[in-house]
Amino acid sequence: MPAPIRLRELIRTIRTARTQAEEREMIQKECAAIRSSFREEDNTYRCRNVAKLLYMHMLGYPAHFGQLECLKLIASQKFTDKRIGYLGAMLLLDERQDVHLLMTNCIKNDLNHSTQYVQGLALCTLGCMGSSEMCRDLAGEVEKLLKTSNSYLRKKAALCAVHVIRKVPELMEMFLPATKNLLNEKNHGVLHTSVVLLTEMCERSPDMLAHFRKLVPQLVRILKNLIMSGYSPEHDVSGISDPFLQVRILRLLRILGRNDDDSSEAMNDILAQVATNTETSKNVGNAILYETVLTIMDIKSESGLRVLAINILGRFLLNNDKNIRYVALTSLLKTVQTDHNAVQRHRSTIVDCLKDLDVSIKRRAMELSFALVNGNNVRGMMKELLYFLDSCEPEFKADCASGIFLAAEKYAPSKRWHIDTIMRVLTTAGSYVRDDAVPNLIQLITNSVEMHAYTVQRLYKAILGDYSQQPLVQVASWCIGEYGDLLVSGQCEEEEPIQVTEDEVLDILESVLISNMSASVTRGYALTAIMKLSTRFTCTVNRIKKVVSIYGSSIDVELQQRAVEYNALFKKYDHMRPALLERMPVMEKVTTNGPAEIVQTNGETETAVLETKPPPSGLQPANQANDLLDLLGGSDITPVIPTAPTSKPATAGGELLDLLGDLNLTGIPSITAYNKNGLKIDFTFERSNTNPSVTVITIQASNSTELEMTDFVFQAAVPKTFQLQLLSPSSSVIPAFNSGTITQVIKVLNPQKQQLRMRIKLTYNHKGSAMQDLAEVNNFPPQSWQ
Amino acid sequence: MIKFFLMVNKQGQTRLSRYYEHVEINKRTVLEAEVIKNCLSRSKDECSFVEYKDFKLVYRQYAALFIVVGIDQTENEMAVYELIHNFVEVLDKYFSRVSELDVSFSVSEIHLLSLSGVCSSSYCLHSTDCHSSQCDVHQFCTWNHVQFGQSAHHFG
Repeated sequence: MPAPIRLRELIRTIRTARTQAEEREMIQKECAAIRSSFREEDNTYRCRNVAKLLYMHMLGYPAHFGQLECLKLIASQKFTDKRIGYLGAMLLLDERQDVHLLMTNCIKNDLNHSTQYVQGLALCTLGCMGSSEMCRDLAGEVEKLLKTSNSYLRKKAALCAVHVIRKVPELMEMFLPATKNLLNEKNHGVLHTSVVLLTEMCERSPDMLAHFRKLVPQLVRILKNLIMSGYSPEHDVSGISDPFLQVRILRLLRILGRNDDDSSEAMNDILAQVATNTETSKNVGNAILYETVLTIMDIKSESGLRVLAINILGRFLLNNDKNIRYVALTSLLKTVQTDHNAVQRHRSTIVDCLKDLDVSIKRRAMELSFALVNGNNVRGMMKELLYFLDSCEPEFKADCASGIFLAAEKYAPSKRWHIDTIMRVLTTAGSYVRDDAVPNLIQLITNSVEMHAYTVQRLYKAILGDYSQQPLVQVASWCIGEYGDLLVSGQCEEEEPIQVTEDEVLDILESVLISNMSASVTRGYALTAIMKLSTRFTCTVNRIKKVVSIYGSSIDVELQQRAVEYNALFKKYDHMRPALLERMPVMEKVTTNGPAEIVQTNGETETAVLETKPPPSGLQPANQANDLLDLLGGSDITPVIPTAPTSKPATAGGELLDLLGDLNLTGIPSITAYNKNGLKIDFTFERSNTNPSVTVITIQASNSTELEMTDFVFQAAVPKTFQLQLLSPSSSVIPAFNSGTITQVIKVLNPQKQQLRMRIKLTYNHKGSAMQDLAEVNNFPPQSWQ
Repeated sequence: MIKFFLMVNKQGQTRLSRYYEHVEINKRTVLEAEVIKNCLSRSKDECSFVEYKDFKLVYRQYAALFIVVGIDQTENEMAVYELIHNFVEVLDKYFSRVSELDVSFSVSEIHLLSLSGVCSSSYCLHSTDCHSSQCDVHQFCTWNHVQFGQSAHHFG
């Protein structure tokens, strides 16, 4: 059999292959030759063959049949064989293969070999792929080598020890005595690996961490020497002495100084020194500065040092080099929570980075900008962020949109601004917003009553041109359905009103329904909107009837159901239609409460924070009892008065239909709950038919004195077994001489049918002074809770 | 922690690959192809750190060869960037003006060179004195020569 070809020949041959197929053919041929050569147990050429196998493995071809051969090579006495054998073991073997355990004995022998290079090879291999069993067996040998005088071996033994500790953390104590003198090294190689070993030990075990804290002065000294020492040709990299060691030491100092005042104090000086003395013209210096900044931010450093660190980061931001800017942005992101004010100073630079060409930098700048938005800078920042949203890549748009929504919600200076911002987001990145943006926006719109006309006008104009962005179209259809009358009446204070006819509005809604681009949910919104308009519009009711009846046979089940129900509304329940399709009231975030805490809700419920501000006066004259009576009676009401608050926007028909069957006006006697100082509060009761544990109490507060009571707030608390829901009051002013009352509705859930008890708290202003009173109501009639 | 160390040329051919964590062989080729695609699509103005899946890539281009190092979040990216350059300087000294051909043909030697310096997944390149590292390799190659009468470059 001819001698197997050399590795170089093989590489040369493979390079001549022009296609993937040719290459594969050559490799397969060679693999076959190698396999037969292995079978013949050919010692002379084994090394050559394994080298070729490793090369083929690198190219991506399977080479597992060479594993045993690697072992044979390791066992051989020739150095070249051993070398390739160990390399092969490192590349081909790992603990998943059963064969690797066979290596243990070889490695053990080689660790005690007379030649340092063989020992070095063995240490490298063990440190690279040793499994936990191997490490356990050989840890003793490694530890012995850690103490030798040979620095070449000590260096490698330290790294091997790192691997052993990673695999078998229990063996950490074994290496403890050897670490005593590690830092007394002169040889940088050994020093470096020792620091790595110490770092690993400190990260793994808090006891070790405490133990090694005493090394901080020594580390500081070493670092100082590195910085202060003059030019040393052995360790110089672009003018800085052994930067890799400096970075390692800084990292170890970081771990040692975390959460520890004494160590942090010991490091303060050296950190300041490194920060100020390191030359920043080359990347090396900047790498060290970066590590220093990370260390300063992580330990308990004094504030002057922290400011220095942030200023360094600020300087990085202005640097032309992209890498440095990226690194600065990443670090600033980590520190913005703790040192917010300091980072704010660099806001304008960060915002400039939004316009950078680099994707990684843009992403970092975006995250950082969101972290920096606060009440003062929200307008400016939002402008920049919206501009960014326009021009950024699609992968950013979703995150950017959500970030903008969150920031706008927290810091919006005015409602109009908030609505404008959200509309801008919807028009530019409409298809990327998250699903919950639509209901949130709708809630926001209902809450800003004075902006309804403006909002609906803007939304109408937005979808007039383009109705492909689903969230935008959904919100727009909902608004048009609700406030279509404001749209056609052409009244808008904020903007130039547009002239729109009812037909034009219906045109756009119908095109949304028909369009292929509309999702099924969007179509549902559009259909409901058209239906709502039947009460708001006057001349086009017939057209609406026709549209609704067409969809009664739609393939889409949801649409079909809606259309059929609306059809029924037209035909059989026409008297109820106006009441059912009335304007939606302000949405409330329902606060259910367990233990007896004071509960209060007011008209504005954008956040669930318990506030004691009085509700907006006169805006929501909600009188649930009256409205419910009206629903049953079916009389016409103008669509401006809000009805009982329900919580879902788009399924108006369904929920209101439920309310119809709900109430049961039986004769439960009303009581006077409170009567003092001219303030009288009466309770009237209703029980719900569908849910027998719900009692609806309507309170009426009247004032018999000569002066009115203002800022009236009623609060109630119930025992733990009950649940209470307080709806918005009709107003906060009780006029004098019993000429008017405040009504408010309380819903009580009493699942265990226990006796109803309530504690009430009243606050109001009367005769120029603030009054407050607490009372218990115990005289509830049995029918109200049994 | 360094996850891998790759040298790939512009055509996507891997010249050197060193994985410090186990990755299956078919996944390796996919990884290498994706990584090089990522690096090739970056322009000169963009920074050398790319976020890829759950780790970062630090890459540096030398003529037609890309050196890519995959690291996780705990590493100092700029120090790794410097490490790459340092390694290339060592190769330069060893091969006297290293080129891609040298890398292609001397894979094993480079592996061993990397062993003497970059060891295990916590990098530790002490060969800022590449002189010393070069000495290491030359030492055992010449010692080889003396002991066993084989040429230092005789790899097979």
